[in-house]
Amino acid sequence: MSTAHSDHDHPAHLAHHFETSAQQMESGKLGMWVFLATEILMFGGLFCAYAVYRANNPDVFLFAHRALDTTWGAINTAVLLASSFTMAWGVRAAQLGQKKLLIGLLIATLFGGAGFMLIKTVEYKAKWDHALFVGPSNAYYHDNGTLADPGEAAHSSEYIEKHGDTDGGHGGHGDDHGAGHGDAHAAGHGDSHAGDHGGDHGAQADAPAPAASKIAAPAAPPTGLHADLLTHKRPVLGAGESLSTGIGAIQASHKGSHYPAFTELDPLNTNRTHIFFQIYFAMTGLHGLHVLIGLGLISWICYRAGGPMTRALLVPGLFVSVGIYFVFVWWLVSANSGWFPTTALVAAVLCLIAGALWGAKNVALTKPNPDADSEFSPGYYTPVDCVGLYWHLVDLIWIFLFPLLYLIH
Amino acid sequence: MSHDHAHDEHAPHAVPLGFLALIFGVLMVLTFVTVGVTKFDFGYSMNLVVAMAIALVKALLVGLYFMHLRWDAPINGFILVASLLFVTLFISFALLDTGAYAPTQAAAALRGSTP
Repeated sequence: MSTAHSDHDHPAHLAHHFETSAQQMESGKLGMWVFLATEILMFGGLFCAYAVYRANNPDVFLFAHRALDTTWGAINTAVLLASSFTMAWGVRAAQLGQKKLLIGLLIATLFGGAGFMLIKTVEYKAKWDHALFVGPSNAYYHDNGTLADPGEAAHSSEYIEKHGDTDGGHGGHGDDHGAGHGDAHAAGHGDSHAGDHGGDHGAQADAPAPAASKIAAPAAPPTGLHADLLTHKRPVLGAGESLSTGIGAIQASHKGSHYPAFTELDPLNTNRTHIFFQIYFAMTGLHGLHVLIGLGLISWICYRAGGPMTRALLVPGLFVSVGIYFVFVWWLVSANSGWFPTTALVAAVLCLIAGALWGAKNVALTKPNPDADSEFSPGYYTPVDCVGLYWHLVDLIWIFLFPLLYLIH
Repeated sequence: MSHDHAHDEHAPHAVPLGFLALIFGVLMVLTFVTVGVTKFDFGYSMNLVVAMAIALVKALLVGLYFMHLRWDAPINGFILVASLLFVTLFISFALLDTGAYAPTQAAAALRGSTP
């Protein structure tokens, strides 16, 4: 390419069908914005699902959102905003031709995105421990109009109600459910399935006795309540009214606390409690996938922006980072039984060894080469700008997800 | 390389660093505000409106300054606003629809069938 271009009077980055670099850049950015619009429309579908379910089941959202950790959510918002800032600064560095600074800022942005994913892992792990994950593994999963596993649901409700009470402020309770109660519940689970979960709870030091009797309630009632409601003269309208106007009544019914307990939910809505978690995982999962793709794109930009040594170390560095991530995952799940902790440890060791060997080889073979330089210059930085736009969009979506999921009041 | 060509044909608009830092600071403050404001009870809908208003201000700051829309070709901002309008339209009609059908869904749930 560049040899073919050398006799023309235009820079190597300029494609034949553009008049000027400026025109090429404007076209590239326009294309990026059209792509971002399709991204917004894709997330729009999930926001719509959220809006419809929240409008129909406001008390479910008031109850279930307390399972989410506001402190971690707020920290993650700050982490993502900081990485957005370093990215915007990186674009500025590219515009001004500050090549070393650009690489430093891109790496800082990578750390921000990785930090976000680490915290997301901690949060997902807590949901997994308390049977609040996606699909049938969710404790509130419904099968033909009844709770698939009432004992499990009672367990999770106790966790949500207690967790929600401590989670009001910014206090540092982030790790208490990671280790402490996570293990207690995991240990208790097996017995509760057998039937006598009331006694099982009493044995736990931190479970108050009145809570235990409340917990037993949802096991039997669903069918009974449905039957009661059906004997009313106009059950349909009654239920419909409570769906749309129930919030005031719910707030009044549990004096002091703004949030309903599971047993205080409209019996119709207990069917839909698991839907909150399906929506939560669909939205944050798709967003997390975008963070991962963004990390990949920023790494690619970093590679193109770097000199020989950056290029030699970048891909091995990614392997080492993934290895460190798996060490973290292994540490997080090391108390669990089964194949997962071992697999995480094996993956971690493999990634670390591969990264270290590959990095050592690359460094040994790389010679300083003043001709091999950054691809970007003040005249050509469109890829930096477009990846920056993508990263800001990821941030933008989180700006809406955070209050919608974590800060329901 | 291409430096010489670049400078004469197109001088990029670099946002001053202090200004970027200021926007970042405002975004962080707004994050604290949006968490702190949940301590106050303005009523279920009003709290949602306040949270969304803060999110919208944050989104505007990111869009206008981090994403350069303030200085960009207007068509880029137009595309963003258009996509947001269509999302709003989509969600509004879905909500109107589900509002009309809510009693029917409730009846189906009572019968124990999936609505």
